[in-house]
Amino acid sequence: MFKSLRVRLAQGNQAIADVRTAKPVGFRGLPTIAAGACATGCTACVEICPTAAIRLEPLSIDLGRCTFCNECVEVCPEHKLALTPQPRMGATTREGLILEAEGRTTIRANEGLARVFKRSLKLRQVSAGGCNGCELELNATANVNFDLQRFGIEWVASPRHADALVISGPLTRTMRDAVRLAWDAMPEPRFVVAVGACAISGGLYDGARGVERGFLEEAIPALYVPGCPPHPLTFVNAVLDLLGVA
Amino acid sequence: MIAQASPISEIEMLPTKEWAAKVVERAHAGLRPVTLYGRRDDAGVVLTVVHQDAARLQVSRTTVDPARGYHELTSSVPALHCFERELHEQLGVRVAGHPWLKPVRFEGGDQAAMATYPFYRVDGKEVHEVAVGPIHAGVIEPGSFRFMCFGEHVIHLEIQLGYQHRGVEARLLDRDPKKLAPWCETIAGDTTIAHTWAYAAAIERLAGHQLDPQHELARAVMLELERIAMHLAGLSGLAADLGFLPGASTYGRLRTTAINTSMRLCGSRFGRSAIRAGGSGVVLDDELRDVVRANLALLRHDGAIMDECFEAARSVRHRLIGVGTVSTELAAQLGLVGMAARSAGVAIDARTGGVYDRHALASCTRPTGDCWARAQLRIAEITASLDWLDGVVAEPVTFHKARGVVAALAPSQLAIAVVEGWRGEVVHCVETGPAGELLHYKVQDPSLRNWMGLALAVRGNEISDFPICNKSFDLSYCGNDL
Repeated sequence: MFKSLRVRLAQGNQAIADVRTAKPVGFRGLPTIAAGACATGCTACVEICPTAAIRLEPLSIDLGRCTFCNECVEVCPEHKLALTPQPRMGATTREGLILEAEGRTTIRANEGLARVFKRSLKLRQVSAGGCNGCELELNATANVNFDLQRFGIEWVASPRHADALVISGPLTRTMRDAVRLAWDAMPEPRFVVAVGACAISGGLYDGARGVERGFLEEAIPALYVPGCPPHPLTFVNAVLDLLGVA
Repeated sequence: MIAQASPISEIEMLPTKEWAAKVVERAHAGLRPVTLYGRRDDAGVVLTVVHQDAARLQVSRTTVDPARGYHELTSSVPALHCFERELHEQLGVRVAGHPWLKPVRFEGGDQAAMATYPFYRVDGKEVHEVAVGPIHAGVIEPGSFRFMCFGEHVIHLEIQLGYQHRGVEARLLDRDPKKLAPWCETIAGDTTIAHTWAYAAAIERLAGHQLDPQHELARAVMLELERIAMHLAGLSGLAADLGFLPGASTYGRLRTTAINTSMRLCGSRFGRSAIRAGGSGVVLDDELRDVVRANLALLRHDGAIMDECFEAARSVRHRLIGVGTVSTELAAQLGLVGMAARSAGVAIDARTGGVYDRHALASCTRPTGDCWARAQLRIAEITASLDWLDGVVAEPVTFHKARGVVAALAPSQLAIAVVEGWRGEVVHCVETGPAGELLHYKVQDPSLRNWMGLALAVRGNEISDFPICNKSFDLSYCGNDL
């Protein structure tokens, strides 16, 4: 009894008071791209990028491919690129993840989804080739720090209870049927959330031998949450933005 | 960390029969097999076996014709069972007489056989089967479990993996070998540091690169932070599965402190970008050293309060003590590694030499091999890692970033690196061809060897205790499936 009380006392209140403005110290999040043309012929960032996330003329980063590894920032001779501690990013369309100079991603609330799910959203997560990075961070959204439940959003065990299917990993061929089964078991209205570079674009495993991404071509995600893995704050904020929660 | 490279011409090459005899002989002499794998070449399949002899690795090879194959070694050395299954699956090597050639991960052409694979069946009117997976009731990776039960009593568990197979090894071969770190970081995303360190160490040996000692120490610091974070995550999950909520929430928030410490040092909560072949992305200056010290003190102080409550709670003890037991003999026989082995009294730990000479790291063991031992071992290892880290940051040590630059890889060499990740030893074997090109890359996560430990641990237990048995082993699905 006293031991439990000591634990409770040491624990205090660990919740992040305002998840909408929190910026984790030291985190590599939303990139910034300085305006202006690059030195002629320089392709250092494009060459170093492990996931082909960078395009030139104009310089852009595809957050759906980016692993936030910082390599491009380090090789750019003009210091045009930087990764900021801003965890808030994401998009409702694939094109919305392509970031250009002085740009940022914005998630426009989906009025249809907001009307139904704003006060109660149940999520069923399925990992299909996820490395346990995304899975750990998604689990963390429900811990005492991020406390997703305070917004009426919960992880559930059965797809029958779920409103959204949250997919991590590049989608393996061996999980193809299981993902389809989970989706088919969900009652409508329902939607898909793609979490992490792997789920959004294949990421580091785009085109790899065991990957088959057909499901996501049929069930187009309503929300894309970038990162490798995404910070819990990135996920929480993206979902709140989608539902138009202030 | 153990890493070595040698010219292929100097590796012992034996006729298959002699090679097989030697494998058995070494096992009888008490040498531990670290890995056994194959690579296709013009003459057939080259088999490589690696044994550990103190801090040295002994390598022996033979070439077999895959169609003719060789006679299995698993009956004499059970620890080789998963490797022989993999040889059969990956390379089509005939392993005559092997007791159970079930695919390890249903790669390539085997995938179609996955849905119809015949699980073992136990006959009996009142025996029933429980099938779980591949999708589980939580935010967790997929895998399939088939229980043969008599009432609540588990007679046998058969595990089927492969749902996470992305094709990691093939991908590593078609990229620039000096720039594989991002992929190695995601082989098992919860073991980022151990896998990437093993990769970097192997490449550095092949390139003859002398790593600045500060980077070596930085890697070890990140490795222990990863261990603390994942042990806390495991204890939190275990407490949640027990319905012991103070443990679930407190160990969970302590993990946040541990991974946020990693983030302060390298920009990622999982240690992404901390290690590059020949380089480092870890920064430690005076200010950050104070942050690390304060976080270590918090983990120690609040952790001790939680541990005392957890270890004394009757609800915890009752559920964990004597449940999911692996005996010392079985653990050694099966070749279990890492914390699963150490909590069954088998003291295997690759954290020796190099950076561990200056600051000694206590290796922990527990004798009983049950869920309780695995939980207690994790608690003890957190303290040991905190002690070691305290020793490191007590001195005015600094780490600077350095771009990874290594020379060309030496031709026709085999490099082997073993790093003690939080689950157990991570082994990377990298071979170069005559032009210094990458010829073969073999990745081994400790989970490959430990899954069988879980299958045997649940025999004779209640099926309702399976979640805590599973969580106490805390194995990687993607690390196995690659």
